[in-house]
Amino acid sequence: MLKDVTLGQFFPGKSLIHRLDPRTKLLILIGYIVALFLAVSWLSYGVVFVFLVSCIAISRIPVKSFFRGMKPLIFILVFTGILNIFFTQGETVLVQFWKITVTLEGLIRAFFMVFRIMLLITGTFLLTYTTSPIALTDGLESLLSPLKKIKLPVHELSMMMCIALRFIPTLIEETDKIMSAQKARGADFESGKLMQRVKALVPILVPLFISAFRRADELATAMECRCYHGGDGRTKMKLLRMRSFDYYSFLVSAAMIAGVCVLRHFGL
Amino acid sequence: MEKAISVEHLAYAYPGVEDTPDIVVFEDLSLQIEQGSFVAVLGGNGCGKSTLAKHFNSILLPCGGKVYVYGMDTSDEEKLMQVRRCTGMVFQNPDNQIVANVVEEDVAFGPENLGIASPEIRNRVDRALKQVGMYEYREHAPHLLSGGQKQRVAIAGVIAMEPKCIVLDEPTAMLDPRGRKEVMQTVTKLNAEKGITVVLITHHMEEAAQAQRVVVLHQGKIEADGTPQEVFSQVELLHKIGLAAPDTVELCWELNKHGFNLPLSALDPDDCAQILLRFLEGLTRREEENWHLF
Repeated sequence: MLKDVTLGQFFPGKSLIHRLDPRTKLLILIGYIVALFLAVSWLSYGVVFVFLVSCIAISRIPVKSFFRGMKPLIFILVFTGILNIFFTQGETVLVQFWKITVTLEGLIRAFFMVFRIMLLITGTFLLTYTTSPIALTDGLESLLSPLKKIKLPVHELSMMMCIALRFIPTLIEETDKIMSAQKARGADFESGKLMQRVKALVPILVPLFISAFRRADELATAMECRCYHGGDGRTKMKLLRMRSFDYYSFLVSAAMIAGVCVLRHFGL
Repeated sequence: MEKAISVEHLAYAYPGVEDTPDIVVFEDLSLQIEQGSFVAVLGGNGCGKSTLAKHFNSILLPCGGKVYVYGMDTSDEEKLMQVRRCTGMVFQNPDNQIVANVVEEDVAFGPENLGIASPEIRNRVDRALKQVGMYEYREHAPHLLSGGQKQRVAIAGVIAMEPKCIVLDEPTAMLDPRGRKEVMQTVTKLNAEKGITVVLITHHMEEAAQAQRVVVLHQGKIEADGTPQEVFSQVELLHKIGLAAPDTVELCWELNKHGFNLPLSALDPDDCAQILLRFLEGLTRREEENWHLF
């Protein structure tokens, strides 16, 4: 049951978006988010929306999976929507009862807010769906490498991220095993009040932590045996390389952001 | 012949915690391992097998005596990387030695640490994966592989560094019979085809029987050392230190207790069957001869 949990689910593929350099994708995502927050009108939202939809179309990732990914966030979306509907001051009153007024401005604003969050989430999903976790960490490491100058341990951070990603399935499997073992000895995780359930988790967490520490120790020895000595003098098998297509993508995205800025300048 | 590993009067003790005394593992151990040989180190739990293995690539440093790997002193800090480059190490739990979440990235980990140029890493990774027969799985996630496959990936990760010697610390302890067979085949192939020195630490007699030389450790001392035939024919000695000979040898030994006179050299069922067959043929021939006498 725990095995179904997927994090940063990656859909392997060969589309243009998949083959983009992870750094390109990361930078474009940042640009896209900026554009999204600069957008103020129907037209500018439309520009961002068209950009996203065409990216999704190129990536050939089924639209369904984006909606599935959004399910856990429905509460936030609804909550944001309701707050904006009721708490926006406006002139065109649509409905009024007791102390609550719903205005046309409120409705529009709520729609924009919800739409913005949805675009934001979908954009980030597109990145994780089309980029393998390793490529993503490599991209991050490369983008953050200037920070090495101010003694930020960039390589160590990306190594940690890589190992964490590697061990998520292993630890989930282990949790499953420990849970079964405790259930076999009469532990009860499914009933009782909240406090009782939280307490029931302790016998799972303790062995899990102990084994995680043991694993870490063994892994460290194994890494040392394979000559690991930090990031100095280390090479990479897969070098990140910007191709012409990466530059075209930058151009298109820049055009989109510029478009949104211009529209904002004219108040559209 | 060149010595791959040479242990000279090794002494080692795990430091005790607070008031507990140190745990002495070795007092005076000497052992030579020849380049290109396939040596099995055998022993029960807690006899110091793994501790010995960890001395072979400077994970542990001797408290007394010296360990030389291809002539390099393992306690010489400047030669640390070179020592580790020469002797690769494979551990018991394959899950805890795989670093990356794609098979080929993991195999590339070692060469990447050595600072080798990218195209050469690619070559080495492909070659290593082909040698262990895992090339088709190069883009898989390690946690979806079977135990034997994971262990082969771990071995590929070591041979991608092109070591002269591989030390395997109970590589099959957590595997099912099939995985065990896969790993043993890979190891014997590497030894035979690439001339890589193999030190196999194990407590499986059948695995040790595949080696060219067997060293039996007990309480930090070498109790027996020789070819598998020589070592396993000393059944009483093995029993005394809590080990057993391979089943085939045990069978012949048990039969000998009942007045038979069988050689104790059979290390696999086929050999054993041959010995028994020859014995029975001899028996019938003698009976026929006896018949003629009357």
